[in-house]
Amino acid sequence: MTELTAIDCDIHPAVPNMQALTPYLPPVWNDAVENRGIESLDTMSYPPNAPLSGRADWRAASGAAGQSLDQLRRDALDHWNVSYAICNCLYGVQLVFNADMAVAFTTALNDWVTKEWLDREPRLRASIVVPLQSVEDAVAEIERHASDPRFVQILVLAMGEAPLGRRQYWPIYEAAQKHQLPIGIHAGSSYRHPLTSLGWPSYFLEDYVSQSQGFQAQVSSMICEGVFVKYPELKVVLIESGISWVPGFLWRLGKFWRGVRAEVPWIDRPPAEIFRDHFRLTTQPFDAPDDPDAAARLIDHLRSDELLLFSSDYPHWQFDGDEVMPSNIPASLRRKIMVDNPLATYPRLAQSLS
Amino acid sequence: MAKHVIAAVADFPPETRKLIDVNGRKIVVFNVKGEYFALFNRCPHEGGSLFHGKLTGLVESDDPGTYKYSREGEIIRCPWHSWEFDVRTGKSWCDPNRVKVRNYNVKVEPGATLVEGPYVAETFPVTVENDYVVIDV
Repeated sequence: MTELTAIDCDIHPAVPNMQALTPYLPPVWNDAVENRGIESLDTMSYPPNAPLSGRADWRAASGAAGQSLDQLRRDALDHWNVSYAICNCLYGVQLVFNADMAVAFTTALNDWVTKEWLDREPRLRASIVVPLQSVEDAVAEIERHASDPRFVQILVLAMGEAPLGRRQYWPIYEAAQKHQLPIGIHAGSSYRHPLTSLGWPSYFLEDYVSQSQGFQAQVSSMICEGVFVKYPELKVVLIESGISWVPGFLWRLGKFWRGVRAEVPWIDRPPAEIFRDHFRLTTQPFDAPDDPDAAARLIDHLRSDELLLFSSDYPHWQFDGDEVMPSNIPASLRRKIMVDNPLATYPRLAQSLS
Repeated sequence: MAKHVIAAVADFPPETRKLIDVNGRKIVVFNVKGEYFALFNRCPHEGGSLFHGKLTGLVESDDPGTYKYSREGEIIRCPWHSWEFDVRTGKSWCDPNRVKVRNYNVKVEPGATLVEGPYVAETFPVTVENDYVVIDV
């Protein structure tokens, strides 16, 4: 095994348009795409022309970001000497209301990433996108890819139809634990509910910032509902979630748990301990002060050096130049964040190397 | 440590509690189904009066969605933030080794013993015929 340099836990190959998925769709849905004029499933979580959705110097002449494997190799894999990178496809299959259509589109998306990316670049791994519109079909989709070691994770959005701790989703966690697939929760919404509990915000800025509230709700839902009591081997990766909200949130969750823990009696230890055992976070965007001392204090408050996973979030514009590993992250943690923690989090990735 | 007579058993029936003052120390004494338990009347968290808390059972679970309810009346919840304490040990549920409330030995003794022994309380009238609740402080 060659020396590992970095495992990028969040990159985003972009589907150019629905035409790209049609080779992977059954005829009936192919027909529906054409007859209904479905051109794209891009969502307002990542509007294609928004600065966040694609760093300017990584966009093709057409303006497209993340659509070219050659560009990904040049700008990311080769440029940062990345050993492996995990593809998280963000295409609005989660927004589709018709469950049959959602399953067809999701299946096509996973086949597309297999053929167009994984088969063409050995450094790539991917997450299995699952249609939560139908839990049964989501489990089937996991089983369909479980034998392919290049799939190392299951991908869902931070804001969906119901909190992820709910028991209706547990068959997915059962399959995840069985196949050693962490649940990756990525920023984004299926827009079933307003992005904030107060109602719809007006601006994209509010949309993106409110994602951390969605992550917080998912963390407390999964912990309080007892997901990790039922599935003690399950890991969850919060992707593009930001990090600075974590310590204060865990303190609050633990404080109030002490007073009302009898309503969740299966939670027999502080929620922060459960979080540290089961949750991981990707590093971009690292929403901490530039001051290295302040950033180090933030990381100290996580009270574990095993939680952070290196990510570039390519081609999203989270940093300039080569600040892919934020310079305010303590140097002593870099190796852990870039290699050791990802290997420990993604056992299928680790196994495929040996 | 000295023994202090709190009350005649007849005056301290099951499912009642008393707040007593022993040399300036506030202590809550519970009668739970005929057993007496005494705790320092100050929650170690923020100082709430446990005398004003609610006695409940112990809720446990081995599996999400299942509930085991036992030891009814043996858990005192602080009225301020609902932290739970075991009346038998004073230990908190959430952090039993670090957060606990001082507990005291309390038992029933016959008046005859108290009249004879060196333990007679200074102010409480004790008669040979009755049983009394006595606390070690």
